[in-house]
Amino acid sequence: MSVRVHLPGYLQPFAEGKSKLTLVAHPTTAREALEALWKMHPGVRDRVMTETGEVRLHVNVFVDGESIRFTGGLDTPVRDGAELHIVPAVSGG
Amino acid sequence: MPKTQLPKIHEGDVLVLAGTMKGAFILRADHARNKWELGGPFFPGEAVYAMAYDGRVGRRRLWAATASMHWGAVLRKSDDLGKTWSNPERANVRFPKDTKLSLEQIWQIIPGRESEPEVMYCGVQPANLFESRDAGESWQLVRGLFDNPQRPRWVPGGGGMCLHTIVPHPKDEKKMVIAVSTAGVYRTDDGGKSWRASNKGVRAEFLPNKHPEFGQCVHKVVSHPSKPERFFLQNHWGLYRSDNAGKTWTDIANGVPSDFGFGMAVHPNDPDTVYIVPLESDGFRCTPEGKLRVYRSRNGGKSWQAMTKGLPQSNAFETVLRDGLTVDSLAPAGVYFGTRSGKVYGSRDDGSSWSLLVEGLPPVTCVKTAVIAGQAKHVTKAKTKARTRELRA
Repeated sequence: MSVRVHLPGYLQPFAEGKSKLTLVAHPTTAREALEALWKMHPGVRDRVMTETGEVRLHVNVFVDGESIRFTGGLDTPVRDGAELHIVPAVSGG
Repeated sequence: MPKTQLPKIHEGDVLVLAGTMKGAFILRADHARNKWELGGPFFPGEAVYAMAYDGRVGRRRLWAATASMHWGAVLRKSDDLGKTWSNPERANVRFPKDTKLSLEQIWQIIPGRESEPEVMYCGVQPANLFESRDAGESWQLVRGLFDNPQRPRWVPGGGGMCLHTIVPHPKDEKKMVIAVSTAGVYRTDDGGKSWRASNKGVRAEFLPNKHPEFGQCVHKVVSHPSKPERFFLQNHWGLYRSDNAGKTWTDIANGVPSDFGFGMAVHPNDPDTVYIVPLESDGFRCTPEGKLRVYRSRNGGKSWQAMTKGLPQSNAFETVLRDGLTVDSLAPAGVYFGTRSGKVYGSRDDGSSWSLLVEGLPPVTCVKTAVIAGQAKHVTKAKTKARTRELRA
């Protein structure tokens, strides 16, 4: 089962053009899921995370439809078969 | 996303590189500079605060610093004059872990001296300097500046805590001047190992102590290669000149409508000729009296004259940012500036008369130029190294 990751258009060139993919791992937290994603597609990492290891301010990560900002951050539990979405925040000008 | 128009660039063409809040644009013209073609947008939606052209040792390389509000900032290069751009998987300008800092914005890209064709510099936010010794392939934090004991006491200006100006000495590889908002001018005489504040004489109008050692809000510093000990400085209130490599500064705001402003440029062939676009005040950062005027000094700042021919002299409340005013390398010189209202103006007669090159762009953050040299047949690393040795000899 593992975890299915959904990527926005901006990140797809860094993931062989894929909009969704299944992680080759069995992560138990959002952090482990993202690290598994970086292993498969390293170019995605620096677009999503800062050098200090935080999710960028205007990027949202959802696990099963809930933003990890409200569910424990990168320590948010991830179940087998979860859906993880990375999406740009509604921000800009 | 919009379709990017590619300008047809030929050998000898003059390019005006315009970075904006929503992407980059390239204007091209032949040597006469009387008809301009617009290309772009490149990187639509991303802010481009810095652009540069590296024409050393046969390169024809464009650089752009792109910053997505969502996905971060990177440096991107093009070796085919904008047809294709790099998009590095790993962010190429990054703070080492121990600094506990994250890159927010790249404010300046500067190719190094002719004698060091593989060296490049970039200035970033939070204010720090990065150096590349392999023509931009990899970048390292300049630790000497990061470790400066005054750095933790620098505070951000309105644009953020940015290192926005880099002026390498044209010949002496040990010397360089930088400017930071809001920290002021710093200089190194030992190749970046140590840095000292060089703000003596520069006012900090907004502080209780008007003449601190550092903390000035310097907006731009320029210098002419033929007079490397002389600098001109546009301050957050104040226009200055230094004739001793920044050790001391003298007020040269002689007859300008305001000594507040951002952009500043020095003539490519005359070290006494300087250009500014005064703004009314820090409270109203627009051209005074609704008149768009470039002020030119022909005598190192002893006096200034308003250049108005071809520029609107009513209802023109414009803003030119710190990297929005520049020159090309031709004779007579081309002078160019971009506005926050998305206009780019150009002059092909040393600034005496002006024409509107394009309007309707997003807010213009930087304007740079390039004169395209002939295509090097094949620039190999070995050839570059040989050229480096030749230049050093």
